[in-house]
Amino acid sequence: MSILIDEKTRVVVQGITGGEGTFHTQRMLEYGTKVVAGMTPGKGGTKHLNVPVFNTVAEAVKAEGANAAAIFVPPFFAADAIMEAADAGVSVVVCITEGIPTFDMIKVKTFLREKPAALIGPNTPGIISPGKCKIGIMPGHIHKLGTIGIISRSGTLTYEAVQQVTRQGYGQSTAVGIGGDPIVGLKYIELLKLFRDDPGTEAVILIGEIGGTAEDEAAEYIKKEFPKPVVGFIAGQTAPPGRRMGHAGAIIAGGKGTAKEKMDALRAAGVHVAQSPAEIGATLKAALK
Amino acid sequence: MKIHEYQAKQILARYGARIPRGDVAATPAEARAIAAKVGPRVVLKAQIHAGGRGKGGGIKVVTSPEEAERLARDMIGMRLITHQTGPGGKIVKRLLVEEALDIGRELYLGVVIDRARESVVIMASTEGGVEIEKVAAETPDLIFKEYVHAGTGLGGFQTRKLAFQLGLSGETHKQAVKFVAGLYKAFEGTDASLAEINPLLVTKQGDVLALDAKMNFDDNALPRHPEILAMRDLDEELPLEVEAGKYNLNYIKLDGNVGCMVNGAGLAMATMDIIKYAGGMPANFLDVGGGVTEEAVTNAFKILVSDEDVKAALINIFGGIVRCDMIASGVVKAAKDLGTKIPVVIRLEGTNVELGKKILAESGLAFHAADGMKAAAEKVVALVK
Repeated sequence: MSILIDEKTRVVVQGITGGEGTFHTQRMLEYGTKVVAGMTPGKGGTKHLNVPVFNTVAEAVKAEGANAAAIFVPPFFAADAIMEAADAGVSVVVCITEGIPTFDMIKVKTFLREKPAALIGPNTPGIISPGKCKIGIMPGHIHKLGTIGIISRSGTLTYEAVQQVTRQGYGQSTAVGIGGDPIVGLKYIELLKLFRDDPGTEAVILIGEIGGTAEDEAAEYIKKEFPKPVVGFIAGQTAPPGRRMGHAGAIIAGGKGTAKEKMDALRAAGVHVAQSPAEIGATLKAALK
Repeated sequence: MKIHEYQAKQILARYGARIPRGDVAATPAEARAIAAKVGPRVVLKAQIHAGGRGKGGGIKVVTSPEEAERLARDMIGMRLITHQTGPGGKIVKRLLVEEALDIGRELYLGVVIDRARESVVIMASTEGGVEIEKVAAETPDLIFKEYVHAGTGLGGFQTRKLAFQLGLSGETHKQAVKFVAGLYKAFEGTDASLAEINPLLVTKQGDVLALDAKMNFDDNALPRHPEILAMRDLDEELPLEVEAGKYNLNYIKLDGNVGCMVNGAGLAMATMDIIKYAGGMPANFLDVGGGVTEEAVTNAFKILVSDEDVKAALINIFGGIVRCDMIASGVVKAAKDLGTKIPVVIRLEGTNVELGKKILAESGLAFHAADGMKAAAEKVVALVK
């Protein structure tokens, strides 16, 4: 089983004709993702990579039954693209774009309150349910179908965790990158709820980093109502305060959002916390004994 | 991005939030001229990107233009050390010369993004002049908050409420309402990430003005605010960090001696962590980006080794879609160009990893290949010792 996306998911790619859009649409098609439509304003009626292109997401939904969107458009246009997808009735919106201004995302989140769409990202590698569907830019081949759910704020660190999980003999039900920005769509709690209700998920790996309080909120939730084993890792234990560590959201501000606070909160909630990033796989194995 | 106090005050004035009369001076003569205009009593404030200036001798009150000139001669060029500058301090290049005001009350006003609530929040407090984190920890009931609706903006009822909560009335209340509205407009209009007025001054005469002002900006939004980007002061940044920025690399200098270069911010932080876990200290954070190119690798390697503190380097690349042979070629090229002497440990993972290792082994350079993050970190730490 999996969460949010599976073999029935039909994807429209916004910005399909751009460089990034083209490259990653090809990779998604190779992986077996059903990319049923592309969307670039003004290029409606053409075909790109043998996929029909539409002027609006609404047309792609109507003509091809798209129910998920992948966004590869430049940062200053991405907020609008998210709202367009949500407005067209798409149920899962995955925004890969990095560099969207925070104010734009605050407006997007306010807009989304009235829409049923689940937003993944922005600034995310995307989401993958191995062997079924990949919406994003992660390398498909390192993933393996299995029973571990993964939720992470990072890209390559998630690949690292996926590989460790695979080497311990486990696979993934679904791996989700929630994004490295200060304001993102679905966060840990919404995803933990989906994993809790997914019979195909046996345990969850939660990868966080410095900045904000999302991991602390997740810890509160896990403590109260999450019955499955959780393994945690927080990146940035050696990060200095007040500096943005690559991700726009990875900053210790006003002494808040340190790795130590988050690790303590997770431990207090019964999460198996890996101190070293090399021990994520081994910690999972020990937790499942 | 950070800016100076005088720049933040220029922005505030543009948006209708009142500031003291004054101007910025780069020479003692300029300080004298400004003092003659707005004085005779003026405050000289050293302009550096750090707080705690008063205690370090960076803020002085003088009573005549002549005294302003004399003191400015000492202050311009001085090395100012505060609890936020680090032991090296910062060289003062400019002074803000402002009218000295009669202090009645010192309040606090701040605008920030509340990440958990996904909203802009305005915070006001009667306890100005001290760090707001301290107030939040000790007397949280003295901080008043109003969340701004993203669709409708800041309501007049919200600004009035905040001004009443600060205990203001009459003409002073009206001025405070105008100030809060102006501050929020400045925050929104410039895509700021922080706008802090601490203290917000109520003079003995009942006027409301920004005694100090601090603004930080959302780096992601800077391309749409060229007027803010023009306020960037490269003197306040480390040369290596400025250089890295030219190549779109995320580089942050740290105190250790193990240099590292990684693709992806999360993995880069995790690599710093594992270096410490192995008993070493990272010399930097360096993220070459998730979709790394050969050119980025070459540039990053040059930045990394030009830090004189670096005694050994760890390159940790999880290739994913990126090919490891391309990464290896980039590193070999950079190392050959530079004639690098320090030991370099490389951990490669992903597509074409065997080919990448072959390129490193056949390069004739002293690279140490490692399997896995843990082995790589242990190896590089052993090489430093």
